[in-house]
Amino acid sequence: MKLDFFKQSIFKQFVVSNLSVIIVSLICFAGVDLIGYRSVALLLLATVSILSMFFTLYPVLTAATLSALVWDFFFIPPHFTFHVSSSEDVLLLLMYFVIALVNGVLTSKVRALEKLELQKEERSNTLKLYKTLFNSISHELRTPIATIVGASDNLLQKDSNITETDKTKLFGEISIAAFRLNRLVDNLLNMQRLESGILSINPDWCDVNELINSPLKRLESELTTHNVVLKIQEDIPVLKFDFGLIEQALFNILHNETLYTPTDSTIEISAGYNKNTLTISIADNGKGFTDEELKLLFSKFYRSSVKTAGGTGLGLSIVKGFIEAHEGKVKVENNVPTGAKFTIEIPSEALELNDFMDFSEMAIKKNAEYEILSDVYIPKEKKKNSEEI
Amino acid sequence: MNILIIDDEVQIRKLLEITLNSYDYNTMSAATAKEGISFSVVHPPDLIILDLGLPDDDGQNVLKKLREWYLGAIIILSVRSSEEDIVKALDNGANDFLTKPFRTGELLARIRMALRQTQNLNTVQKLEFDNLSIDLTARTVTIDNEPLKLTATEYSLLTLLAKNDGKVLTHQYILKQIWGPGYTQQSQYLRVFVGQLRKKIEPNPNSPKFILTESGIGYRFCTKVEE
Repeated sequence: MKLDFFKQSIFKQFVVSNLSVIIVSLICFAGVDLIGYRSVALLLLATVSILSMFFTLYPVLTAATLSALVWDFFFIPPHFTFHVSSSEDVLLLLMYFVIALVNGVLTSKVRALEKLELQKEERSNTLKLYKTLFNSISHELRTPIATIVGASDNLLQKDSNITETDKTKLFGEISIAAFRLNRLVDNLLNMQRLESGILSINPDWCDVNELINSPLKRLESELTTHNVVLKIQEDIPVLKFDFGLIEQALFNILHNETLYTPTDSTIEISAGYNKNTLTISIADNGKGFTDEELKLLFSKFYRSSVKTAGGTGLGLSIVKGFIEAHEGKVKVENNVPTGAKFTIEIPSEALELNDFMDFSEMAIKKNAEYEILSDVYIPKEKKKNSEEI
Repeated sequence: MNILIIDDEVQIRKLLEITLNSYDYNTMSAATAKEGISFSVVHPPDLIILDLGLPDDDGQNVLKKLREWYLGAIIILSVRSSEEDIVKALDNGANDFLTKPFRTGELLARIRMALRQTQNLNTVQKLEFDNLSIDLTARTVTIDNEPLKLTATEYSLLTLLAKNDGKVLTHQYILKQIWGPGYTQQSQYLRVFVGQLRKKIEPNPNSPKFILTESGIGYRFCTKVEE
């Protein structure tokens, strides 16, 4: 509540503070005979004090000045002049001024301190985030580097009597480590695109089958230990979204599946299009998540308690960022009876097929004039039954 | 077979030299665009592997300069984040691209495909891939010797891709070839027809083996290259 007042524009603050002084003065003016003009000073002073709790320095100082003038003009005898007859009242008026001003200045000082404190806290939070990031990244970098250094050193030893099978294993480890490094670079670049705000989505017409097939192909070797079941609705039209970003989001989820579900798990990918929304869900029959994990899974740098597989905690926050850039939603829940289920919903425009077909046939006719495809050019008299070759 | 490697990174050059030499290709290496161009003039190679990020000239520029006279195959090396550059390079006359990091098997397959393309003089009348066969003179397509019904557009799309077997064709290029120069932005046509075509020719349309997607770039027809 208090913070909301801070955010109000200076102009509003001036208006509200001066208005409250005027209102209080009006009320007092009606009851001045009852309470006496000296109590009015106290009431006005209280008003200024309350205002200074919410507003910044200048509006409070203005209100203080205004209230002093009002008190002098309307309440201190003789009325309706700035003239003050008794010396006692001169002293009172001066004191009034001083107290009101001190009030304003003091509160604004407290306010500034509060702000500084807040900034400090923010800075330490960012610092904490940076620390987490650097810790996880340096760990993520060092592990594969250590693997590469160790394995290649071993392979370079002339006097070692390493067997051919072990050699092949070491080469394999080097390769895996290198691709892990590459994935980290991809994730860092993607995170940077999201964080810097330069992420621009380029929606284009896409085939959902292609969208789902693409990350599966990239993860072909990792997925050999898992069973993948596809349930893609038959008649999903061509949809408009940024293929690269959504594909990367699916890739990150599927890659996590390969890391965190046990061998031989089943991963079921289903996709459907309904009410202008593309829904893709990825469900597994692994261990699922705890309540805390479900809550924090998509936050930056969060890593699940199963830390064996490494990771920077960037993957799923990138998923969230990319999906939200499409004004879509991503959620995770536990699957029944076991495992986890990720669901992505992306609002997406569908291609109207009927309009489009007429259009494209027109284009083909036009194309014949260009004679680009002389081999499939069909003479006009045959055109009617040319559709079926 | 002679291959010219133009890359400023000494590690990549070494890697490529060793790998290619061990598969019986002769290699020459250049670290700058200037060096690369002069090598290619003095001793024209059968294939050039060109890195897009060279210190002394823009890779696209080098590609254009090479294409003014060089008819052999050119394979582009790039990083994954540069889809736009890849599309541009393919439009500028590159035969294929490889993103770093690449696997050796992939590299060799791409080299074999690119070499085959430049030797192919397009005089074939029949294209055969596994159980799919396209007779270009009779304009018939069969799968397991069963004739397949295709629309005119589907047929042009299939033959365009199949004739460029192994080569990546950019979306814009395919649209221009099939629908005409005014239609290069109408990517939805391509999605619909590729989808339809896959349903007709692919044994499993969800995991295509004939028409492969190069995401963000274009399509590639399957390779006949045996590993």
